[in-house]
Amino acid sequence: MFRLANPNRFMQWSGTILPWSAIATVLLLGAGLYLALFVAPPDYQQGESVRIMYVHVPSAYMATTVYGLMAAASAVALIWRHPVADIAAREAAPLGAGFTLLCLVTGSLWGKPMWGTWWVWDARLTSVLVLFFLYLGYIALINAFDEPTRGARAGAILALVGVVNLPIIKFSVDWWNTLHQPASIFRLGGPTIAPSMLWPLAIMALGFTLLFVTLWLMRIRSALMAAKLRALRLQQAA
Amino acid sequence: MSAFLTLVARDLRLALRQGGDAAMVIAFFVLSVVLFPFAVGPEPELLQRIAAGIVWVTALLAALLSLERLFQADYEDGSLEALALLPLPLEAQVLAKCLAHWLVTGLPLIIVAPLLALLLQLDPAGYPALIAGMVLGTPILSLIGAIGAALSLGARRGGVLLSLLVLPLYIPVLIFGVAAIEAEIQGFGPRPDLLLLAALLVLAVGLVPFAAAAALRLALE
Repeated sequence: MFRLANPNRFMQWSGTILPWSAIATVLLLGAGLYLALFVAPPDYQQGESVRIMYVHVPSAYMATTVYGLMAAASAVALIWRHPVADIAAREAAPLGAGFTLLCLVTGSLWGKPMWGTWWVWDARLTSVLVLFFLYLGYIALINAFDEPTRGARAGAILALVGVVNLPIIKFSVDWWNTLHQPASIFRLGGPTIAPSMLWPLAIMALGFTLLFVTLWLMRIRSALMAAKLRALRLQQAA
Repeated sequence: MSAFLTLVARDLRLALRQGGDAAMVIAFFVLSVVLFPFAVGPEPELLQRIAAGIVWVTALLAALLSLERLFQADYEDGSLEALALLPLPLEAQVLAKCLAHWLVTGLPLIIVAPLLALLLQLDPAGYPALIAGMVLGTPILSLIGAIGAALSLGARRGGVLLSLLVLPLYIPVLIFGVAAIEAEIQGFGPRPDLLLLAALLVLAVGLVPFAAAAALRLALE
């Protein structure tokens, strides 16, 4: 981790990983979508609309995981003044916000045929909406300062403060009486979902994760190159 | 301890000399509550159903108004740098400032809230839970607001940014505050929700000073 604090070394390392990550993303998402849309069985109650689950659940999982990664990168940046961790946290935020929005929208589209409503104020939906607002607040704070490093460090503190929301989201379906279904995969006693549905779901989740990794690395590399450009321009103007 | 109390006294003296804050917060509170009967109609049953929510949301927004100036004045005239050099840790100073802020804005909100609930025909059974909830909740609002105020020091559009940062973090306080009132009115007893509010208060008192002090040090660099 500390070897990667040098931007040039990070560019080299990410440059070798990126093509493999991109190829793996395409393969996994392709295989996952094929399995989810054509091979996996329809639900005995929900019929074919259960297939939204193969997009909704991975994006929900990514929404919370990305926030966790953002908070971890923020902690590294604050404690060790790690320059690349700063940039990594900042670049992950729009991706996380995108996954959260996708989760909310696909959930809403799934809720209309299943529950009869586009939205309900139950614990899980409300806490994910709060997560979305936390992402937006973070992005606003990062961009609110004239000096980019000041904004990045302020955002790091905010990201760490908002981490309390993550356990609330995870356990909201256990702590409150909710319409959203309780945990069926990561629970004591093992998953309650059938293997024929669990495998496409796992492949889609892995595909989403690799999609995030690919996009994240691309964004960090762009940010590092932009910083280099800015430094060169300033040097030229001097 | 005496340094802590001196700081609280200083902030109180400054707030009282300036005057405006408490009066403005109460005026906003009263005006925004009064808007609701105009908006939804004066029907007592309807107002009674939403009274708890209206009082809490407007109290939240009123508390938000005065947060911008928590650190702003000291930051602008340079006293924040001097305060940071004191032997009293910055974390304790944050707590002192929050205490003074609560005394100046939170206490008036607690006193005025039952009067406004009267205007909104809140069920009489709900008053003790309203007052207890506000006593536990308004310090949390001051504390969480301090993080937002410290983070947005020197930012562009600091006031709006502060609201955007702090409102999502206020939501648990709002949920439990209103739930306590509703529980008491329906006969379930407000204890669980009030205990959760107390837990949030303890958590805030313990953790907020570190986050806010880190943000202040960031602003002073």
